[in-house]
Amino acid sequence: MSDTVTEKLMLFFPKCECEKPIIYHLVRDHDLIVNVYRAKVTPEEEGYLVLDVTGTEENIRQGMDFIRTFNVTVNSTGKGVTRDDNRCAHCGQCVSHCPTGALRIGNEATREVVYNEADCIECLACIRVCPFGACASAF
Amino acid sequence: MKTYKQINDRIESGKAVVLTADEIIDYVDRRGLEKAAEEVDVVTTATFGPMCSSGCFLNFGHSAPKIRMTEAWVEDVLVYTGIAAVDVYLGATQLRHGDPANMYPPGEFRYGGGHVIEDLVAGKTLQLFALSYGTDDYPRREIRTYFTIDDLNQAIMVNPRNCYQNYNVAINDSDRTIYTYMGALESGRENASYCSAGQLSPLLNDPHYDTIGVGTRVWLAGAHGHVYAEGTQHAGACERTADGVPMEGAGTLALTADMKQMRPEYVRGVSFRGYGVSLAMGVGIPIPILNQDILKRTCVRDRDIMAPVVDYSADYPQKTGNVIDHVSYAQLRTGEIEIEGQKVTVGSLSSYYKALEIANLLADEVRRGDFLLAEPSAPLPKDKAMKPLGIREKAS
Repeated sequence: MSDTVTEKLMLFFPKCECEKPIIYHLVRDHDLIVNVYRAKVTPEEEGYLVLDVTGTEENIRQGMDFIRTFNVTVNSTGKGVTRDDNRCAHCGQCVSHCPTGALRIGNEATREVVYNEADCIECLACIRVCPFGACASAF
Repeated sequence: MKTYKQINDRIESGKAVVLTADEIIDYVDRRGLEKAAEEVDVVTTATFGPMCSSGCFLNFGHSAPKIRMTEAWVEDVLVYTGIAAVDVYLGATQLRHGDPANMYPPGEFRYGGGHVIEDLVAGKTLQLFALSYGTDDYPRREIRTYFTIDDLNQAIMVNPRNCYQNYNVAINDSDRTIYTYMGALESGRENASYCSAGQLSPLLNDPHYDTIGVGTRVWLAGAHGHVYAEGTQHAGACERTADGVPMEGAGTLALTADMKQMRPEYVRGVSFRGYGVSLAMGVGIPIPILNQDILKRTCVRDRDIMAPVVDYSADYPQKTGNVIDHVSYAQLRTGEIEIEGQKVTVGSLSSYYKALEIANLLADEVRRGDFLLAEPSAPLPKDKAMKPLGIREKAS
């Protein structure tokens, strides 16, 4: 069996696609392991979903091809939670609230706060505690 | 021994040796105190953090016909008008009109005085709305207009209290999350929050106020301003380590500078969930190395500076004065401290990153000869203690 990889994705479902069990098919038809971090359906019936998919690169590619046959937008760099580098003052308040270390002191000498999106589990703690309003949610 | 004049002469000739309070530690270790004191002219210190006691005087100039403003709002944030006709004071912690505050706790406090100050320095167009009762000489009773900082005659920042010498480490001993100006504190001492640039902070590098006094020239968000008075709640008479470093808040500075010269990245509105709004400011202060003692004190290290750990769920609000423990900034910077056997995750509110940037920017300015030192016209008091507010049932 080929090596498996994990990719973090953010999916946007327009109104017409929200009722289809797309994730179910990723699991059943494409042998992908799915870990959903956050999902939301808006009052306009649009949907957002941030998840990890784990599988072979080939299965992930086929799964994404399958998703794209619907009108779903796939953002393969995550971006459910973003940090505005211009607003971040690198105070480090978020660091003690971030449960996974996605936000951490990246350089002991300068005490720069770095954000590794791949480690973010979308708990949104940083958005609540950042005094500078540097962190934001896409939905 | 050097004098201010000798140091300024060297700065003007572009020959001054300038190091940051971060760099001086290793430098003195390598060169020795005596030699370093001869070589080094200036050590730059800095801090960047929320400073609630900040604000600015604005002068709008006169409209035709004229108004003597009695109530006024900038971007719906109330400003103080109990001064001359078109002078106002805009305070950092003022909420925007209609903000629900903590009506549904914790409030979000997304915009307020600190954010207006940030927007003003950033050159944004802001709305002024003002009312008046009308007089013979100032007949206009209402005005609504839009302006930028360039339209103002003066925009002078006047901060009654900046640069706290040292500060509390806040924890929460209760069984619910509390929301404070030190950030959100989780129950059961889950996290701690501190707010100081430690070994880079101005008054920790001059613990006895030997060089920083009334009249000292400072770098305030990029503008060249000065210390205009002791800061409010300045209380130099406090518990100190054997080296004289305060173990609690201690000294403060009242600072002023022209906002038209400021850089927006060092003037930032902040929102504390459940608490309110404030302003984060960047301050840099050069310390003239007049003698070995002054140099020695600029070599203070995070490991030598102790901060009091205070419970913000009970001891702080009830003013019990109880301090749970003291921890060093070196410990705080590891991201974890141990309080009574319990490991506590630590976050900061003061940005060491920005403080370091400022210390370097100021050092560059001094080296280029663009920033001269000013000798204080009066010292800061050393023996003042903090008075409480008594609650009296009747006058006299």
